[in-house]
Amino acid sequence: MPKLRVGTTSLGGCFGCHMSFLDMDERIVDLVQHIEFTRSPINDIKHCEPCDIGLIEGALCNADNVHVLKEFRENCKIIIAVGACAINGGVPAMRNHFSLQECLEEAFLDEIGLDNPQIPSDKELPLLLSKVHPIHEVVKVDYYLPGCPPSADAFVKILTDLLEGKEPSLPKEMLHYD
Amino acid sequence: MSNASNTIKIDGVVIPFKEGQTIMDAALAADIYIPHLCHKPGLSPHGSCKLCTVDVNGRCVSSCTMPATEGQEIDNNTPALNEVRKTITQMLFIEGNHLCPSCEKTGDCTLQAIAYHLGMLDGHFSQFYPRREIDASHTSLVLDRDRCIMCELCVRASREVDGKDVFATSGRGINRHLIVHSPSGKLGDSNIERDDLAAHICPVGAILIKGDAYKVPIGQRTFDLHSVAETNLDKIILTKVRHHDA
Repeated sequence: MPKLRVGTTSLGGCFGCHMSFLDMDERIVDLVQHIEFTRSPINDIKHCEPCDIGLIEGALCNADNVHVLKEFRENCKIIIAVGACAINGGVPAMRNHFSLQECLEEAFLDEIGLDNPQIPSDKELPLLLSKVHPIHEVVKVDYYLPGCPPSADAFVKILTDLLEGKEPSLPKEMLHYD
Repeated sequence: MSNASNTIKIDGVVIPFKEGQTIMDAALAADIYIPHLCHKPGLSPHGSCKLCTVDVNGRCVSSCTMPATEGQEIDNNTPALNEVRKTITQMLFIEGNHLCPSCEKTGDCTLQAIAYHLGMLDGHFSQFYPRREIDASHTSLVLDRDRCIMCELCVRASREVDGKDVFATSGRGINRHLIVHSPSGKLGDSNIERDDLAAHICPVGAILIKGDAYKVPIGQRTFDLHSVAETNLDKIILTKVRHHDA
């Protein structure tokens, strides 16, 4: 049986979901008998090729996040929103309580101890979105894996279910949002 | 007209009720869980959250306001009703800023616990991300209106138990919000006190006690240890476990 191809990315996230994924420790040895990673921060491949499953961590905070997410949607048969930020904006969405201008001024102009304070405007920098959004507001999401982060057990469960051709489901004790 | 043999049937189980009890009262007394957020035994029923909607002889009603009457045949724990309840819960989530990882109430939040109970995985709808006023003027309380679900438990607790009338709601539709009865409209100028029921009754993280938020670590809180469907939760004295570096 050919291996399932899995891509992963962290958009506006903290990489905590990826760290939790790796928390499965030695179970990853069994898992890689059945899956292989395409684009992922784990192997540092930068572009998404056609694959079976895309694990998306993080919220949409800037234009690059949207670009990467759309590339995943075009290439992945199944998109899984992983963690609180991908599902409802999470901690990055706390900035939605303020205007983008207020956030930039607080960080780059008004913060104490800044030398030559200015708002970064290098054209290489992706433009920030005026509000942070969860990923299902931009692409179709097939499955959700809540948690901040989801436990390693939850990653193993959802991937094992998909490998076995079952509809993924989390037992109640694995369902948490924090 | 009191009749000791008064009974209703919930999901096929025959349970007794006393004259004057609602369906919710009778169910809780019989240890049957009907999901609810705006109801609390001892306070007058409100009937606003609609999570306790049940099917009585083919009609949908709020069980917290519907009097129990002889011969009612009630559907409660059905896939169809729980699906509708999940949709209501999703709407409550997306209309406020219910971002659990950054909320002090996580693990003790009844809205979150009901979402767990109903198996909610996402908010489904587009997030509102409201921007309402936060009031930290009180020495021992914080009021974060972005998390308020308009259940009015605090309104009723303050009026009916504390005898103070500190809270009310104002505005319509999406502009509806909690207001505070004080000259400045601030909690710090009101006569609410830390020991009032209204300060503790909030089922979400809208009214918080300052300094208490992380006394019990995440993972060992009420709904980390118990299901919201346990009907005797109010009586359970939780074993509070201290954090190892506290």
